[in-house]
Amino acid sequence: MSPVIPLGPFHPALEEPYKVEVTTTGETITDAEITVGFNFRGIEWLAERKTYTQDIALLERVCGICSNVHTLMFCRAVEKIADLEVPARAKFIRVIVAEAERLHSHLLWAGVACNLIGFETLFMTCFSLREQVMDVLEGISGNRVNYAMNRPGGVNRDITDPASILDAVRTIADVTAKQLIPVMTTDRTVRARCSGVGILTREDAIAYGAVGPMARASGLATDIRKSAPYLVYDQLTFDVPVRSEGDVFARIVVRALEILESCKIIEQAIDMMPAGPIAGGLFLAVPAGEAAIRIEAPRGEVVYYMESNGTDMPARVRVRTPTFANMPTVRVMAIGQGLSDLGLIQASIDPCYSCNDR
Amino acid sequence: MSMLKSLMNTARRRSPWLFHANAGSCNGCDIELVTCLTPRYDVEQLGIRLEASPRHADIIVVSGPVTRTTCEALETVYGQVPNPKVVVALGSCPATCNVFAGSPTVVGPLDRILPVDVYVPGCPPRPDAIIAGIAEAAAILAGDKPRPVHNSSQTSGEGGR
Repeated sequence: MSPVIPLGPFHPALEEPYKVEVTTTGETITDAEITVGFNFRGIEWLAERKTYTQDIALLERVCGICSNVHTLMFCRAVEKIADLEVPARAKFIRVIVAEAERLHSHLLWAGVACNLIGFETLFMTCFSLREQVMDVLEGISGNRVNYAMNRPGGVNRDITDPASILDAVRTIADVTAKQLIPVMTTDRTVRARCSGVGILTREDAIAYGAVGPMARASGLATDIRKSAPYLVYDQLTFDVPVRSEGDVFARIVVRALEILESCKIIEQAIDMMPAGPIAGGLFLAVPAGEAAIRIEAPRGEVVYYMESNGTDMPARVRVRTPTFANMPTVRVMAIGQGLSDLGLIQASIDPCYSCNDR
Repeated sequence: MSMLKSLMNTARRRSPWLFHANAGSCNGCDIELVTCLTPRYDVEQLGIRLEASPRHADIIVVSGPVTRTTCEALETVYGQVPNPKVVVALGSCPATCNVFAGSPTVVGPLDRILPVDVYVPGCPPRPDAIIAGIAEAAAILAGDKPRPVHNSSQTSGEGGR
């Protein structure tokens, strides 16, 4: 009988609690079973029992990495039902914050991946670069995490110092292009650990419904910002990096190139940002109705469905996050790989279990 | 013997090792804790390091409102940390359950399950506050500061404390 090795829920290499049971033959993984739900806090249940204003604070805490995405989704759903107009400046500020969040999320992931590879120096480089993004976000919103930027009909805070944001973004793009990408793509350690590891074929990516950088590293050019532009993404010029290898290395490259694209987007958005109000007036109530919204979060497509019944609380809030779509691919990627690569393979989907479990 | 004891207290004061348990946190506090290890804050220069095994740790840092599913594992992990140990509640969630209060899947706040010695408030707390909280935990560990009084209904872990 092949030994079954349980990992988790409190596992040294993982930030979040989840459990994997791998069946092995020697060092090779023959099967993997993933248990999730350790972070299940009943957020959808709570959202139906809180008012719209309270829900913004609640949904911000679905995930501490992409917190802005969740308030953005919720506010856009309210705006769609209540037919609220968002001022142009607010749309640009939303794009800038969303892209800054993508920057910090991708740099965080790059750091964690380097740590798992055993490349401590690059981990520190990624995190010190990430601190500059945190400074930008703190400068805009006053907080490092949970920015509380969105409200139905606009944003809460204006961007008053665009020059400092431009400076920081240019530094980040510069260091990423001149240091991070060359090291990550040419270093022998990174190549040895990542090339050909955890391959997700294009067919499997379609079959399992992979989203975001996972799908883009497997040759699928999917990006909601391009295919169904929201906010002002249709006015901005940017590329969607796609690789066809489908291994961990391809995911590193896709995310690194996305860092550069996000820097480009922020620079353009700051240049194009018009003057004007940042939020509409107060609105009295959300009428009965329903809305489905999807946007491209750092990890891929997020879908929100909201139903309102005319009271001060939503009747239903459904949150579907990218990790939920990407999680099943871990099994197919892990089978046939060495046990020591399991941590890296799992991390390569950029898992966020608090998003996944809610 | 007393020399050994004073040496151990110095080690506890100067080099406390942390075990981090995520009991249903949103990642905010966890990432800020990792940020403490990185160049700008660099908590390792104070001898503090994040340890992978609870059996090697002195301080257990808990984030999150304690969900039903993590509660049992959390008690197990607490039992595996050798005595003396200090529990740090990281963020608002383990202190009060924060926005998750009232959820049927949350069994927190943390002081219902473990005896909490240090609270670091904030959603999430800033890295400076986290470092201050850990420094306070190290002082409690070394006996420089009194331990707060706990109620008796909490688990005592493996072999009590």
